[in-house]
Amino acid sequence: MSSKSALPPAFSIQRILVLAVNTLTELARLKIFYFLLIFALLVIGNSLFMASLSFEEEFQMLKDVSLGAMSIFTSLLAILATAMMLPKDIEDRTIYTILAKPVPRFEYLAGKLLGILLLLGISTIVMAAVFFTVLWFRETTVIAEAQRQMIGADGAVTEELTAYIAKVQASAFNANLIPGVVVVFLKAALLAALTLFVSTFATSAIFAMIISIAIYFIGHLQATAREYWLQGVDIAWWTRGLVAIVALIFPDLQAFSLADDIVAGNAVPMGLFLQTAGLGALYVGVYYLLACVLFSGREL
Amino acid sequence: MKKRIAIVIAILLAFGAARVPLEQHIDAVHREAGFRTARIDLDLRSKISQMGFVAALSGFRSFVAAVLWIEAHIAWERTEWGRMAGLFDTVTTLQPKSALYWDMASWHMAWNASNAALEDKSEPNEFLRRRAQRQYFELGKKFLEDGLKNDPVNPLLWERYAVLLRDKFEDHCAAADAFLKASELPNARSYLPRMAGYEMAQCAGREREAYELLKKLYDGDPANHVPGLITRLKELEDKLGIPASDRIQSAP
Repeated sequence: MSSKSALPPAFSIQRILVLAVNTLTELARLKIFYFLLIFALLVIGNSLFMASLSFEEEFQMLKDVSLGAMSIFTSLLAILATAMMLPKDIEDRTIYTILAKPVPRFEYLAGKLLGILLLLGISTIVMAAVFFTVLWFRETTVIAEAQRQMIGADGAVTEELTAYIAKVQASAFNANLIPGVVVVFLKAALLAALTLFVSTFATSAIFAMIISIAIYFIGHLQATAREYWLQGVDIAWWTRGLVAIVALIFPDLQAFSLADDIVAGNAVPMGLFLQTAGLGALYVGVYYLLACVLFSGREL
Repeated sequence: MKKRIAIVIAILLAFGAARVPLEQHIDAVHREAGFRTARIDLDLRSKISQMGFVAALSGFRSFVAAVLWIEAHIAWERTEWGRMAGLFDTVTTLQPKSALYWDMASWHMAWNASNAALEDKSEPNEFLRRRAQRQYFELGKKFLEDGLKNDPVNPLLWERYAVLLRDKFEDHCAAADAFLKASELPNARSYLPRMAGYEMAQCAGREREAYELLKKLYDGDPANHVPGLITRLKELEDKLGIPASDRIQSAP
């Protein structure tokens, strides 16, 4: 009998996938998906209340509230779920079991990040499905109501009714909402990667959460800091230095707040969408890389 | 570990330096496409609560705007016109790209609030009631003018502006120009050139221009052979002394 055994590969997608699925299962067991129920209640409740408004107002409110709530929920989920991942694994000592096997630390982090991204992806899809279903249902209801009231006695569809239906359809769903939803996911993915990076040097889950939430707020002001730094605004040298540091270190989260303007009717050109998505992917990659650098040297 | 921290800081700064031009470029692309144009400053802070301001800063502008719009709707049900005006101002600051908010805010002020001011039984002085009514007209007009500054190619806002000038200010010359402007924009409604002609016909000194416009519409499309247009054309023919051979043949 030969005692010779093959060395495990230095990199394995299979191992990352196993870790990702395991992370997703762990998070699902924490009943994290219950927040989707709150989202559904919020959207449905909101649409019922809005039924007293004009249909244009109703659809605008529905889109504003739904996309806003999606952004809040996914951002919170990304920060909170990621921040507690590493400390929990250390506390439960599962990290030692995993790393004692031939699993490189970068694979461990990749698996964790992928698990969180899967969670965010599923959540975003479910929330988008709820949102679009409610929007479609309200659109159908408004059109049916109009048909009941405006259709002629002979069953003829008047020109007025056709124009009204076209107006209702234009106010309800439009294809630009889809890139809006994708950008909400990208922002959450960026926050997850950022929080993973923070949690590699954080001393506790709370610390990682607080730092990530602080970065979240600063990130929304990064564009203003960058403007002050680069556009020759007359400010003191130390202020300029401070805004330069903010611009260089923090991510520009306003770049991922496109949903606000999409709801207002702005179209999203493909080039703009791809550039924004590319920036998001770049951030995720760099924060993952930084997390790997720190985590590979961390004493456990 | 210190070495690794130094590496991380170096990567962060290098990445920052590399991405700043990229972010500047994306920022410019966004602004060109009409994104990221809302003004979030101290003026807005003075209008909304601290929490609302923080939410607006955190990328939830549209969400905050929706909540404030609902508040304005409740204020409408209670006929709190002044509060409504303040809330509309904030909502339109938060969501300047939404034509609906400008349109509805203007309508509430110029039609509903102005009428309520005129009918206000708690104010016995008719002069003061009329002055209040006029102020609400002006407020409604201002909402549309600000909306048009933010979205100058929106035919709906131009149309609403024209209707406001016509019905509340009786400024037919300005209304004609606004209808004309609206009619020239993409997705404009087909009746807008007719409306422009009707208003122009009432604008002293522009009767010839109105006649030419309405005649062109009449000759160009049988769908424009509507009673309103025919009546006005005939009035203008009489007023301008158009020769019988050039007059339209339709029955009045």
